[in-house]
Amino acid sequence: MLKTITKTLVGAVFAGELFVPHAFAETTLNALFMAQAAYSEADVRAMTDAFAKANPDVKVNLEFVPYEGLHDKTVLAQGSGGGYDVVLFDVIWPAEYATNKVLVDVSSKITDDMKKGVLPGAWTTVQYDGKYYGMPWILDTKYLFYNKDILEKAGIKAPPKTWEELGAQAKIIQDKGLLKTPIAWSWSQAEAAICDYTTLVSAYGGDFLKDGKPDFQNGGGLSALKYMVDSYKSGLTNPNSKEFLEEDVRKVFENGDAAFALNWTYMYNMANDPKDSKVVGKVGVVPAPGVTGISDVSAVNGSMGLGVTAVSKHPDEAWKYITFMTSQATQNQYAKLSLPIWASSYDDPAVTKGQEELIAAAKLGLAAMYPRPTTPKYQELSTALQQAIQESLLGQSSPEDALNTAAKNSGL
Amino acid sequence: MSGTWMTTRAWLLMLPLLVVMVAVIGWPLVDTINLSFTDAKLVGTGGNYVGFDNYTNMLSSSNFSRTLVTTTLFAVISVAAEMVIGVLAALLLNQQFHGRAVLRALMILPWALPTVVNATLWRLIYNPEYGALNAALTQLHLIDSYRSWLGEPGTALAALIVADCWKNFPLVALIALAALQAVPRDITAASLVDGAGPFNRFRFVILPYLAGPLMVALVLRTIEAFKVFDIIWVMTRGGPANSTRTLSILVYQEAFSFQRAGSGASLALIVTLLVTVLAVAYAALVRKTAGSAA
Repeated sequence: MLKTITKTLVGAVFAGELFVPHAFAETTLNALFMAQAAYSEADVRAMTDAFAKANPDVKVNLEFVPYEGLHDKTVLAQGSGGGYDVVLFDVIWPAEYATNKVLVDVSSKITDDMKKGVLPGAWTTVQYDGKYYGMPWILDTKYLFYNKDILEKAGIKAPPKTWEELGAQAKIIQDKGLLKTPIAWSWSQAEAAICDYTTLVSAYGGDFLKDGKPDFQNGGGLSALKYMVDSYKSGLTNPNSKEFLEEDVRKVFENGDAAFALNWTYMYNMANDPKDSKVVGKVGVVPAPGVTGISDVSAVNGSMGLGVTAVSKHPDEAWKYITFMTSQATQNQYAKLSLPIWASSYDDPAVTKGQEELIAAAKLGLAAMYPRPTTPKYQELSTALQQAIQESLLGQSSPEDALNTAAKNSGL
Repeated sequence: MSGTWMTTRAWLLMLPLLVVMVAVIGWPLVDTINLSFTDAKLVGTGGNYVGFDNYTNMLSSSNFSRTLVTTTLFAVISVAAEMVIGVLAALLLNQQFHGRAVLRALMILPWALPTVVNATLWRLIYNPEYGALNAALTQLHLIDSYRSWLGEPGTALAALIVADCWKNFPLVALIALAALQAVPRDITAASLVDGAGPFNRFRFVILPYLAGPLMVALVLRTIEAFKVFDIIWVMTRGGPANSTRTLSILVYQEAFSFQRAGSGASLALIVTLLVTVLAVAYAALVRKTAGSAA
């Protein structure tokens, strides 16, 4: 943007037109995206090119960072005064971004058509305190992926419906010598671990907070961590899971080294791509299992939204760009790595074709999406929980003690 | 008269530099000190003054003491290893042999690589499923199954130290090599005639020439190692279970992830103070070493 201003100024001075306003002032937007998962970088560039073609007076500079850098980069740019007009944000950040005035309230810009057309669950991604802070863009949850080939060889007829069953099936696979450690998770000291944990918390009917105070150390929250530790100690879970991120899980699954893996939507089509994967055509996907008597399926809300920052000098153009990126037409066109936010898209053969199994799982999973707590102190809470998970897995502390400490360190 | 003019002229000539230094070092430092006495958030309003609360809270937290131990372990072991390996490499490269020039150029490569590239490379080497280290050790029958080097608290810090050494020993080697070239040939020749063995020749003839430059390398590397951030952030993000969290990572989390700018500033100043104390102590040591060598 600075470059554009300089160029304009220099041009103006040399032409002796300093006092003549520019007739075709070009607006440049800076947008921050994620360099992994969901829509690929190429997809985002293609979408943006289409937008630029339709709006020749707006230019969009794209920047891609890994998920791990998205939050800090957004906040830092805000603190330094310059930065982005449009940012991608995770479902866990609106509370903090709204409190600290990082994003602008766009409630008045959400049309009735949008309200009616978008899946109700998707809106929770961008809402805080009854206000809208952007549009949902990536609708996502973790699914249970399984290797059909391995299950068949083990004589297992159907993928697991409960977490207990998952353990039992993994044991059969291990006992038959098909795989040493059949289950892969992303339990690295990162947000990925919290997403797996949340999936289990939802299965066990737990709560993160009650009346604003930590409650994950009791009931379902504790059962969830106990399940993780048991699965790890039993040797059914790949022990390297505690340093895996989602991409590591994908590589292990695509290499045929996992019978079961918990991961986001994007893995479905990537694992079926012969360029990347050795398990093409063997990829099964179902909603994450439930717990007998408590839940049928489980799911974490891992959706992300696009918002306009409070420092943007071009909020109208920024919103125009966001509406384009989240429009049903754009989303349907790129539905292979990320499913649309629009309800009617799920009945559109152009979207469902070739991924019927994923759509079937999505219908159940997306309806069960469980949110991570909306609190401005989310980063602290998450960091404390990440530590609790790792300490329990490493046996440094019991799940009870670890979660009690996390509750104390959560800042709440 | 002329002396006063000289002094005035010297100050005048330094003025632009002084202005720049005050602007880029002085002001941020003052601002950070001011910030460290407030409960300011990273974004939003300035916050209220809370006196020494940030300092007392930070210094008494178990996070701080644990992180300080981790940082010290990392710094001491990696710098010691880098010094030893660096000097050995310099002694080797100071020999006359075919292809020496190429080897010298190659050796600088790890140091010239950006740290993030270096860290990503080592992450691949340590990969618990498909990493080169696991493959090599299994083939040599040193381990019977693949290990999770960055996933176990017992090995994660050691694995990071190895990666850091690989990146930074060339700097030490380069400084030592330059110093070795300055050792007069007649003196080493004379020591040979006098019948000094390799160890004594190194200890009493060569080392005095190396001492000064090595102290400089030691100071540089210690300060850098104490502030280590990027290689650890890329490889483990402080995990597993915070076993590789260093002071700089704690500052980053406090100030940016949790957005407690005031508390982060106080911690940053504590780190600055620690590094300054180290630097001053070393500087005194350098003066002493240089004095005794002369």
